[in-house]
Amino acid sequence: MGMTMTEKILARASGGGTVKPGDVAVVDVATAVLMDMTFLPEGWREILKVHDPNKVVIVFDHLVPAPTVQAAHAHRTGRAFAERFGIERLHDVGPDQGICHAVVADRAYAVPGTVLVNGDSHTCAAGAFNCAARGVGGPDMLWAVTTGKAWFRVGETVRYDFTGKLPDGVSAKDIFLTIAGTYGAHVNQNVEYGGRGMSSLSINGRRTLAAMGAELSAEFVIFEPDDALLDYVRERNKQPFEAASPDPDAVYHARRTVDLGGLEPLVALPDAIVNNSVKISQVAGEKIDQAFIGSCANGTLDDLAVAAKVVAGRKVARGTRFIVTPGTQAIYRAALKAGYVETLLDAGAVVTPATCGACWGGHMGTLGPDEVCITASTRNFKGRMGDPSARIYMGSPATVAASALAGAIAHPGEFFRGDAA
Amino acid sequence: MSGENMLAGQVWKFGDNINTDLMLPGPYLVQSAEAQAKAVFISNRPEFLQKMHKGDVIIGGFNYGMGSSRPAARSLRNCGVGFLLAETINGLFFRNAVNHGFRAFECPGITQAFEEGDTAELSIEDWTATNRRTGQTLAVTPVPKMLLDMMLGGGIMPLLEAQGLIAHK
Repeated sequence: MGMTMTEKILARASGGGTVKPGDVAVVDVATAVLMDMTFLPEGWREILKVHDPNKVVIVFDHLVPAPTVQAAHAHRTGRAFAERFGIERLHDVGPDQGICHAVVADRAYAVPGTVLVNGDSHTCAAGAFNCAARGVGGPDMLWAVTTGKAWFRVGETVRYDFTGKLPDGVSAKDIFLTIAGTYGAHVNQNVEYGGRGMSSLSINGRRTLAAMGAELSAEFVIFEPDDALLDYVRERNKQPFEAASPDPDAVYHARRTVDLGGLEPLVALPDAIVNNSVKISQVAGEKIDQAFIGSCANGTLDDLAVAAKVVAGRKVARGTRFIVTPGTQAIYRAALKAGYVETLLDAGAVVTPATCGACWGGHMGTLGPDEVCITASTRNFKGRMGDPSARIYMGSPATVAASALAGAIAHPGEFFRGDAA
Repeated sequence: MSGENMLAGQVWKFGDNINTDLMLPGPYLVQSAEAQAKAVFISNRPEFLQKMHKGDVIIGGFNYGMGSSRPAARSLRNCGVGFLLAETINGLFFRNAVNHGFRAFECPGITQAFEEGDTAELSIEDWTATNRRTGQTLAVTPVPKMLLDMMLGGGIMPLLEAQGLIAHK
């Protein structure tokens, strides 16, 4: 019986042979990513032995720049830990810092065909790189760092085949909103993306779609490898690797085709993402207090470019706060060089340093009581970005930027008309 | 049947897609585990913590524990919830349940079979859940032995401590 990409990678990492749905696989972890919350004083347990310091990456992201003494304490603990065990890949506040999944992507730390774990739920973002990457809990991370191992219950796989190409003004976020709205949650299932249309998606678009797989409640989210992906990784990571493609006779729970050419921008209504997507016309005109673009899902250079394109020469509506957070400081610098940051600032946006802050309701854009926000980030749960009475809509960066200009939820279509295909 | 593998408690019913932010709200992430356990369901069921008793049972619908990797299962354990039965459990929440030693099991049909305030009995030997009021018994989906041992043994931390890999708390 053939294997899916997920099954192949888990089988390889557990010493060969095969794995199938229902198995518990104990695998070798190629990359273990620790983010700053791991080091918070109340939760930190001193690690006495590190299995392999070269397999560990430390990124400060949820609490940067340190908004509290406690956060600063966590960062001190993280630095001391890196120093003690000789962990070289420490992404401290400064030019190499960013949101952990965005750093992993920028640096190609996610090696195709291998297993990566991280104590943050959006770790599946690295699935864009044909990596079996899963968000795990704090204890899993301690296990991975000290023993080099992780356990997984092997789930069934749902395969999506893309055809066609996205129309202008429609992005990977809209693919996600379409899949989440049509098919709902994928609990205990793996999601795999491929098909002839997949290569029309930029690596950045794949990062968005892979990160959002956490919101489908998927176990693993894995893209098929193509030349663009292999070139991207080889340019940034000299480590040899073997990407995983699905066997022709792999067994799927379901196999579904999505025509990218037929998609349109959608918005998720507040409080839940799956089964909650509507056409923008249904909510257009809903007044907003804040518009946000950022997070591991939408802080890529593509996202900042589209935001700049929409607001270029225009102004954010009075009374609306437009907050933009690049995924990494490297992306921030690239956006600055490309002129996107200046365009955004001229329009009245606030461009923050790279942080998870606003997305999880931490800092840099927390919502107050009864406020309305439209966000291009990861989650719109009740209370996610601040006060539980705030209402959070979710859309693409283009939709969020168009809404920031209108001061109300707006369709981005007018900003893309007449573009060459 | 040994007491360890036979549990019973009064039922609190919840719906589908109960997310981790409801069990462990973002602002509490930077607080102690004790403070986190006092924030369970404060935005959707603020009376839960005041009225619940140690050993009470949560019955949930589909995709229980969707969302974040935060240790929401630890908060349920620490605030005294005896066990959780749900139609389906989110994979990440389940990991945290295993790894933090919180009893969480899938039980198809559970939502229909129980009402708020019923008493639920769980047998981890027979893999059954029984409603004491109606006498109805449902099959609980067994958890693989390796994971069950970890869940019942208090999670990963005691293992790592015993092996000298992490410091004792």
